[in-house]
Amino acid sequence: MRAPNASIRIDNLTVAYDRHPAVHHLCGAFEAGSMTAIVGPNGAGKSSLLKAIVGLLRPSEGRVDLTGALPHDIAYLPQQAEIDRQFPIPVLDTVAMGFWRRCGAFGAIDGAMRAIARDALAAVGLRGFESRPIGTLSVGQFQRVLFARVMVQDAPVILLDEPFNAIDTRTTDDLLDLVRRWSGERRTIIAVLHDLDQVRSNFPETLLISRERIGWGATADTLTAENLMRARQMSEAWDERAPLCDVHPGRS
Amino acid sequence: MPGPYELLLLPFVEYGFMRRALVACFGLAIGCGPIGVFLILRRMSLVGDAMSHAVLPGAAIAFLMFGFSLTAMTIGGFLVGLAVALLAGSVTRLTPLREDASFAALFLISLALGVTLVSSQGSSVDLMHLLFGAILAVDNPALLLIASIASVSVLTLAVIFRALVIECLDPAFLRSVHGGGARFHFLFLVLVVLNLVAGFQSLGTLMTVGLMMLPAASARFWTAGIGPMLVFSACAAFACGYVGLLVSYHANLPSGPSIILTAGALYLLSVAFGRHGGLVSNYLRAPHFQR
Repeated sequence: MRAPNASIRIDNLTVAYDRHPAVHHLCGAFEAGSMTAIVGPNGAGKSSLLKAIVGLLRPSEGRVDLTGALPHDIAYLPQQAEIDRQFPIPVLDTVAMGFWRRCGAFGAIDGAMRAIARDALAAVGLRGFESRPIGTLSVGQFQRVLFARVMVQDAPVILLDEPFNAIDTRTTDDLLDLVRRWSGERRTIIAVLHDLDQVRSNFPETLLISRERIGWGATADTLTAENLMRARQMSEAWDERAPLCDVHPGRS
Repeated sequence: MPGPYELLLLPFVEYGFMRRALVACFGLAIGCGPIGVFLILRRMSLVGDAMSHAVLPGAAIAFLMFGFSLTAMTIGGFLVGLAVALLAGSVTRLTPLREDASFAALFLISLALGVTLVSSQGSSVDLMHLLFGAILAVDNPALLLIASIASVSVLTLAVIFRALVIECLDPAFLRSVHGGGARFHFLFLVLVVLNLVAGFQSLGTLMTVGLMMLPAASARFWTAGIGPMLVFSACAAFACGYVGLLVSYHANLPSGPSIILTAGALYLLSVAFGRHGGLVSNYLRAPHFQR
């Protein structure tokens, strides 16, 4: 693959559920090759932002602009994959789903591609799991299978939604190495994370969000005590009698 | 005391209607068996049942317009079944309502329409025939229809296999790569309706669902992969057809229900003794490995 050069511009984006905003008038950009952590309290709109970028949620206002990549060039690892773990499918086939962009519904998956899928499994520490049914894996092992699938997708933009939940420290470190390697390949990485130490030591950029943008930029400048305090003050409950929003920020 | 030849083969050698019934079972097994597996994998097991009721108004309208013409009733049933499947599928895609609920809603509307049409005119005896079929009265055109539908459905499943499996396993992934999951799902629903209509004359729509679901549900207890499940399901469906026909011949029982009861027996045996998660295997403690 030629060096990816994909950036994402968020333009006055509002995503709402039942007209209550989860992401509110967000503006900014994820630059090509950047590695950004999204941090914020529960219900702050982190996952909704990712879903809006992938195109799974329709914005109620504003837009997401992708430059240098098509919408299907995004590899997205959801927070809780809606996968039926009783499904009778082996691990290697699950990883090979990542070839969809290359071979679609009808193209062949050849020996070289199967080798790539096996290497991806080895990279997440699951060598020897190829023919195991996914139902026999632990939650953490299965998350690593999904990481291998992201790897196989070979996408210029990678979105990870709380990827290290339920994963032990050693594997988290291995997977973080992998994420850094992706970043070194100039892929654009966005990850929703809760562990601030992990963010500080691994992610150069951070978006701190609590429905609205609290801070966005270099991690050290964003994760200040004052910003974190502001993020924490967001009220999680909806106000059923909230007035209509009349903010019309200038197009950025 | 009749020998195995008299018991197992003679009925088919002697009677043309038994031979045609056997061929009908073969075609239905090839088509319905794999469809049932995908219905189960997609957790849509009851959708087949819902669809079998939904085709009723189509058959009733055709009956009122053309009299007791199987061709007309088959086409009518297919068109209405297709409309219900596509409407229910669209409601699922476009609104938060889950698939089972949208299918339940539409098939009930369709069924009530059908009953209204039937009771306003026509006799219920003919429609009993539609719901429960008469496999011993299968003629050559009906066999051709069954064979064509079986061929179309096996070939289509082969072509859309990967997309259908991913759409069953992880629909959100397919959406995120813009893989067009809806197209494949609708194509699959068309196959479901086609196969129900294939069993129209021979087993009736209600009994056809039995041939669709029971062997597929049994397959889950004996096989571990999707491929083996598909093969098991089709073979088991045909075996049930064969045994059911013999039972109906020797014991003088109605053929459709005999076939489905045979499949039911297979299912109960699988629940009890199946290798993967059968009741007995759950209670037997096999020695475990060192690591």
